[in-house]
Amino acid sequence: MEINLWINGKEFKDDVLPDTVLIDFIRSKGFYSVKRGCETSNCGLCTVLMDGKPILSCSTLALRGNGHDITTIEGIEEEALEFGGFMADQGAEQCGFCSPGFIMTVIAMKNELTNPSEEEIKNYLNGNLCRCTGYMGQLRAIKKYLEKGSK
Amino acid sequence: MFTIDNYVMAENLEEAYSLNQNRRNVILGGTMWLRLGRKKIGKAIDLSSLGLNNIEEDDEKFTIGCMCTLRNIETNKSLNKYFNGIIAKSVNNIVGVQLRNGATIGGTLFSRFGFSDVLTALLSLDTYVNLYKGGIVPLSDFVNMPLDNDILINVIIKKDSRRASYLTHRKSSSDLPVLACAVSNYDGEWNVVLGARPMKAKLINIKKNYNLTKDDVVEEMLEIIKQNIGFGSNYRGSGKYRQILAEVLVRRNIDEIISGGNHGN
Ligand SMILES: Cc1cc2nc3c(=O)[nH]c(=O)nc-3n(C[C@H](O)[C@H](O)[C@H](O)COP(=O)(O)OP(=O)(O)OC[C@H]3O[C@@H](n4cnc5c(N)ncnc54)[C@H](O)[C@@H]3O)c2cc1C
Ligand code: FES
Ligand code: FES
Repeated sequence: MEINLWINGKEFKDDVLPDTVLIDFIRSKGFYSVKRGCETSNCGLCTVLMDGKPILSCSTLALRGNGHDITTIEGIEEEALEFGGFMADQGAEQCGFCSPGFIMTVIAMKNELTNPSEEEIKNYLNGNLCRCTGYMGQLRAIKKYLEKGSK
Repeated sequence: MFTIDNYVMAENLEEAYSLNQNRRNVILGGTMWLRLGRKKIGKAIDLSSLGLNNIEEDDEKFTIGCMCTLRNIETNKSLNKYFNGIIAKSVNNIVGVQLRNGATIGGTLFSRFGFSDVLTALLSLDTYVNLYKGGIVPLSDFVNMPLDNDILINVIIKKDSRRASYLTHRKSSSDLPVLACAVSNYDGEWNVVLGARPMKAKLINIKKNYNLTKDDVVEEMLEIIKQNIGFGSNYRGSGKYRQILAEVLVRRNIDEIISGGNHGN
């Protein structure tokens, strides 16, 4: 079936099978930052933004992206790099496997919430699992990153 | 992972309904749950272009289109001004914001999952589902109806000044609940709902004078619940454990309603 969508501002028109999931479509266009984790909607690793909202690309049909704007880390490289610096400073990354999805959700949160409380931050990131860190370094990194943004 | 032979963007509900009568065809909600299954779908029927993704409000009710996401419901300020915000509370622990941006209220209620937080919370309110063929049915009846090939068009929640409270117990914050409990009080009537028993949520309606003291209410209700609601076992917890949890969650919910307390989970 025909699909027409924008990934990081670039238009893609293609034919897809009706059961193609968004992650496969995006990766087939060369956006390899989007990673496959659990594939059961649990881990958040496959997070991309659709019209600015974080969604799970492993469980969303590519056809549902028709006519929409998709953003991956490649499309917000500067912000991702900046936040990555805060993660490094706080020792918030160990294996780094969870980082692509985590960073996408942090950026979405920054755009959606104004001055989120610790509780709101934790709640927004509930769907991003990290098997290494215990989340405290990440929480510190987010707070410092948001503090800097509000100065 | 499911497979899909054909994808149909429905142009109207009649088309969607008649396609859905074939056992190989399915209505697509947010596909979060369908994705976990292995169904070989003939025609996937998409309702996205039918304008069913809005929350409408008038003096008497909220009408929530079936394609509204759980996140739409969580962040809708008007809706959550009512019933002590239990609608937002009930979706808050469902995995994460990303899943809630996908999962729909239609897919959630039509499926009548045993573990459902949303079903538990909405059963404590004056809630109805509007079915394409079945018409408007109280959620308390719909919960016990067999799964069929109808389409849930929207969910209607009547506005009233009911006080409500919702709590769950979970092993970790984004896991399915071990037990979910909603209690509401309105005009001398108490609705106590226990969900994730792990069977489907069950509602008990108790007509009791509003002026009773808290202890009276709690003890009587716990006795009624013991007589009327059964609990089962699965790997999240035993029936006995759930029975004990039920007493705690019911007590806390009633406490919150009567004394304006604020129990976290
Ligand atoms: C990993 C995971 C964890 C979850 N954890 C929780 C939890 O902790 N608590 C909780 O309450 N819920 C939980 N859920 C369930 C979730 O909240 C949704 O209820 C579920 O995903 C179904 O919604 P959907 O829009 O994805 O439906 P879909 O997967 O698209 O559809 C589900 C079923 O409903 C049918 N359907 C969809 N829309 C309609 C309609 N309008 N009319 C008729 N039939 C329809 C479909 O044909 C299908 O059979 C979880 C789901 C997942 C995937
Ligand atoms: S890969 Fe999508 S949620 Fe885990
Ligand atoms: S750093 Fe290893 S999973 Fe998060």
